[in-house]
Amino acid sequence: MLESLAISLVDAVPVLSGVPLWTITLLIMVVVAAVVLTFALTYAGLATYVERKVAGDIQARIGPNRVGPVGILQFLADGIKLLLKEDIIPAKADRFLFVLAPYLVFIGSFAAFVVVPFGVGLIASDLNIGIYYVMAITSLVVVGVLVAGWASNNKWALLGGMRAAAQIVSYEIPVGMALLPAVLIAGSLSLQDIVRSQGGLFGIFGWNLFHNPFTFFSFFLYYVAALAETNRTPFDIPEAESELVAGYHVEYSGIRFAFFFLAEYGDMFVVSALATACFLGGWHVPFLNAEALPAVWGNLFSLGVFLGKALGLVVVMMWVRWTLPRLRVDQLMRMSWKYLVPLTFFNLLGVSLWLLLFQGRGIPQMIASLFG
Amino acid sequence: MKGPADLIFYVLAAMTVGSAILVATLRNIIYSAVALLFTFGGVAGLYVLLSADFLAATQLLVYVGGILVLIMFAVFLSNRISSVKLSNPVHFRLPAAGICLVLFGTLAYTAVSPAFALKARVTYQPTTAEIGELLMTRYLLPFEVASVLLLAALIGAALLSRPDRPDVARPDMEEPK
Repeated sequence: MLESLAISLVDAVPVLSGVPLWTITLLIMVVVAAVVLTFALTYAGLATYVERKVAGDIQARIGPNRVGPVGILQFLADGIKLLLKEDIIPAKADRFLFVLAPYLVFIGSFAAFVVVPFGVGLIASDLNIGIYYVMAITSLVVVGVLVAGWASNNKWALLGGMRAAAQIVSYEIPVGMALLPAVLIAGSLSLQDIVRSQGGLFGIFGWNLFHNPFTFFSFFLYYVAALAETNRTPFDIPEAESELVAGYHVEYSGIRFAFFFLAEYGDMFVVSALATACFLGGWHVPFLNAEALPAVWGNLFSLGVFLGKALGLVVVMMWVRWTLPRLRVDQLMRMSWKYLVPLTFFNLLGVSLWLLLFQGRGIPQMIASLFG
Repeated sequence: MKGPADLIFYVLAAMTVGSAILVATLRNIIYSAVALLFTFGGVAGLYVLLSADFLAATQLLVYVGGILVLIMFAVFLSNRISSVKLSNPVHFRLPAAGICLVLFGTLAYTAVSPAFALKARVTYQPTTAEIGELLMTRYLLPFEVASVLLLAALIGAALLSRPDRPDVARPDMEEPK
């Protein structure tokens, strides 16, 4: 896709024809990556502000309100503070691994943004294996968290790192199994194909959420398991403040701490974006086909719709965080292995049988066919 | 093939081989594990260059997300690992060198033999459907044998981690009354 873009760019600007094609492709890649990263960082910054405001509302206080109108610039102030703070590496820490770990976590989290289908044509790279790629690249986070916990040379950090890794590895299974129904219905691992398979004339009833009873439950199973995979409350055992001070990043400060922090918010968005793309119809809205609009408006419109849905799910995560108490570590493991894993397997079997029995048609389609 | 693909190949190959050497020679086993991460990453990159994107993602998922994490867990759970300077000692240099030579010879012989079909152009076609179909038809027996092996490993792990006496419930896993 990027190569064809480069070819069309060379065609449009004849001066560039002397430059080898791959340098132009590379340049476009860098620009696309910069755009995606800028979006991700801006989102993460604003999300911290929204989280604090949501927390304030739920706890009946005001939240940040000093920097800028209603405190909206608080995240910029926090960002500058984190950049300027002293970068402390503990004397007994393993310097090399201590420095390496935040990058692993950050890369693992933000590389997943590459395949998020923001709009009709707005996807950095529409990989054939989209969903699978996300599952694979996020395993870097596990290694990063483990390395951070070990390199800090701190009991709390090590315990937090091991808890986080155990939790992410455990919940990877229900997350993958809960996403597979969408893959089965679309017949493709590409996220853009999965979104396209949910279009049609049925409005919101074209979404996988309403395809059949199993996909309906699949969405909720996915959301719960994914919430646990991002290590957020009520599943924030790895950084349980009352037991572990802060978990695997207890020794990190300044910009290195910011990397972990940003990665957590990046994870939240990726999880919500996958839920949106796989179950909530991605950038589809009822009675309006974004693909039929002129390219610019179609893309802008679909971008707005997709971000609206995904960020809505992010806000639900924040809401849940300040509503539910934390699970204990054995309850957490039991929930994954004894309840979520069997349920998602059952759901997957149900969806497969449904697709086999009804030739891939969902309930809305069957109802529609009743009326001709 | 000229251009950046060649360069990327050499960079990835250097990364894979270089970090593999580090895995074998580093004395600290945690460092070896981190070097192994780069070896797996390099191999995944080579798969991508060969347009085997599914295989590359599987490489990351299974080896980085599974095996590497398992190795690290094993290290963390062992006793006083940080105080042991030589946690990755070297034994049996001579026999190891012999085995390596034989293995290298076999692999080199296979690699230069004309048994491989060469693709003219790298294309990124969806490969998952084809892989799935082959696993369910032509390679069904190896697939099933591997599944049975993994199942046996799972049952073994469950048996090993069970409390010694099944009638005594473990107090730390009980709900508070």
